[in-house]
Amino acid sequence: MKSLSEIETVAKRASKATGYSWGISEEVGKNIRLLEMFGLPGIRNLNEYFDKRKEQKFENLKLIKNENKPTTLQYCPIISGTSFLDQIKSLDNLKEIQFKEIAYPLLFLPFVSRASEIIGKRLFLKLDNNEFLLSFNNNICSNFINDEIIKTANIATIRLLENNDSFSEKEWNQLYKLSEDTFVEESDSLKNTAAGAGLTDND
Amino acid sequence: MEIELRNPNIVMKLSRLGSFHQSKLSFLRSFLREFKNWEYKRDLFELNELGYGTAVYSMRKNSRVYSLICFANELQEDERSDRVIATKWDAAFALHDGVPSKQDIERLREQVPKQEVGRLSCKELTLSRANKSVRIFDHVVENLSQGKQPDIEKLSKVGYLYRTTAVYGSGKFGLADRFRIKNRKEICGPFRLEMMLVYFVRQFTFDQVNHIAKHKNPKKAVTLDLSISRNLGIGNSTGLGMAPFIVNHPVLLNNWILARENALRDIRKIKFVATKDSDLFKTCLKKSIKNITSWNTDSEFQKKKIQSLFNDLNKFIQFIEADFDFSKEFPFNSIYLWIEKNLDEECIEYIVSMMMEPYDDIINPLINQMSAEEEKYFNIPTHRTVAELKEILEKKYSEMLKIDFSQKKNNQKFWFISKNKEEPRISDRFKESGSELEQPLAIARDVNKLYENLSRSKNSSTIDKFLLNNDDLRHIVRRIFVAEKLPYSEIQDNVIGHSLMPIDMLRLKLSFFGVLKFDPKSDKWLRINMFQGAPLPDELKNHKDQWIYNSLN
Repeated sequence: MKSLSEIETVAKRASKATGYSWGISEEVGKNIRLLEMFGLPGIRNLNEYFDKRKEQKFENLKLIKNENKPTTLQYCPIISGTSFLDQIKSLDNLKEIQFKEIAYPLLFLPFVSRASEIIGKRLFLKLDNNEFLLSFNNNICSNFINDEIIKTANIATIRLLENNDSFSEKEWNQLYKLSEDTFVEESDSLKNTAAGAGLTDND
Repeated sequence: MEIELRNPNIVMKLSRLGSFHQSKLSFLRSFLREFKNWEYKRDLFELNELGYGTAVYSMRKNSRVYSLICFANELQEDERSDRVIATKWDAAFALHDGVPSKQDIERLREQVPKQEVGRLSCKELTLSRANKSVRIFDHVVENLSQGKQPDIEKLSKVGYLYRTTAVYGSGKFGLADRFRIKNRKEICGPFRLEMMLVYFVRQFTFDQVNHIAKHKNPKKAVTLDLSISRNLGIGNSTGLGMAPFIVNHPVLLNNWILARENALRDIRKIKFVATKDSDLFKTCLKKSIKNITSWNTDSEFQKKKIQSLFNDLNKFIQFIEADFDFSKEFPFNSIYLWIEKNLDEECIEYIVSMMMEPYDDIINPLINQMSAEEEKYFNIPTHRTVAELKEILEKKYSEMLKIDFSQKKNNQKFWFISKNKEEPRISDRFKESGSELEQPLAIARDVNKLYENLSRSKNSSTIDKFLLNNDDLRHIVRRIFVAEKLPYSEIQDNVIGHSLMPIDMLRLKLSFFGVLKFDPKSDKWLRINMFQGAPLPDELKNHKDQWIYNSLN
């Protein structure tokens, strides 16, 4: 089995060899490591995308808006992802961002995962029918559980999720009440000697 | 008394970094301290009469076991080479996590001797190989088999029986990634497992000579005297592979240097120095002269440095003995100010290392801060502005910004990865081809280019906007934001200039490893010795940390 360190180094060098700058290649190395660590087929998708680049051109999406549509070609997932990551703080106030025609969108996914960590919000990524919940770059929940290469996402949607609890106040209180059973009732004498006791707070 | 950390523009110059020496912070010394209470065992020793076969050594504490598996193979004389391009070695080693099963040993027997073309698993932590110093090895075997100890003078000229030519870790060739083991307390310091491997290999070399001598002449043979063994280390041939490492790991570099600088500052701040501490400082200083006078090298460059060190050290000892009063306040601060004024860089850094000797309480907490998580600094803070980035450059890279890259000599060299062995190399861009595949190590040049481009951009513009049109500078922008937070993350020199001495970069790293007696064979590679004078595994429990000054040769 290849180590993640080998995967990162080889992906970085290969990206440089296909014409990306060193800085972008560093991002790709880190991202492929991330995909493989989460059990997603990073190497396979990257290989095929690099093959495709030999015969086909892709559009570089630089400035991200809430709706992004390429002019003629498909978007390059690497440059689009880098732009998204770099601009995430200024996109934070949007609720949803849509991209049409992203090539090999699994290569775009780790940028979204890392962006989730930067803004401290969960991001929901939908690549046509494949759904991914990206939680602070720590975890990916998905209905995509095979090793396939996704060649294109006709529509990729990112929803920026508000930091809401996944449970109701009632459910929380129910559990909190149970947790109180680990507390001990304090006696009056203890109350009188606890921190701050006997002093005036109006000094 | 307020004492500031030393200025990175002085400390991080290559000539200064190339003058660093081993200290209490060094990894092989901190490794021995950490493992002193571990149980050492030779678990397997199945060598034939010529010394070929398999051996296993282990260190154990509670439920944790690390095992070194050694494979010693026959090698024809014409197959023995220390170059990294060699494909066969006298012995090959892997450090295994836990107790290896028979299947593990069989699997490793197939893979470990192949080294870079073999495949390891995440159960293995480090990998290495070594060649005999044939002249010394044969001399020792011959004498032991005749019932005599070897000629110490002969041994002292070399200082080891075997030398390694590479030690690999951290995920190379399928080895365990660092993240799998990084939370283990005992390997919190850097390169602990690499140090463990080399330490075990040293013991294997002693066991092997004793074994061969015994089989050669069972009636007469004696074992190698323990005091002689103790004064043999493991040699190492080290080339350019190490140099880019320190550029590619800015956070780690910072943490190493910062630990050293914090130690120096804290020692200079000591108001009154106990007599036992000043005595230990002076004792180590005097004892260490033996290491300098027995430092053999053919390199004129190194000979000059050794001579200057020797002269300065004598000058300093004279100063300490004749004019210096340790009972005055802040004596180490006075010493430091005196050496900065009166001595050369080589000796200044030598004495800085010596100052640490009495202070376990200052040094030990710093050891745990010498590892690094490079990932924590990977994301670029793209919401920052062009003006802010320019300010960091002016503040932290002022020396680099003075270099004129329109001059050919400042742009002379380029770093690349060689195709045949995937190792870093350096070459002349005006004489050799391949500079279009240059590695991103020309920090000073790229910093200048970045500054130029920033100067043409709007100050209020944010970095995400700047990067839209300056994609080629992304790697350097990332570094600048690291340097903003970490003062010692950057070598303040031009590593592609015509006057670059790559040996300085190697010495920096090797001093942190804790090696003695750098012996440059050119400006691009050197031989060193590790663990010379170190306690043997059975003596670890009660060993004295100043063993490094006890070397007989």
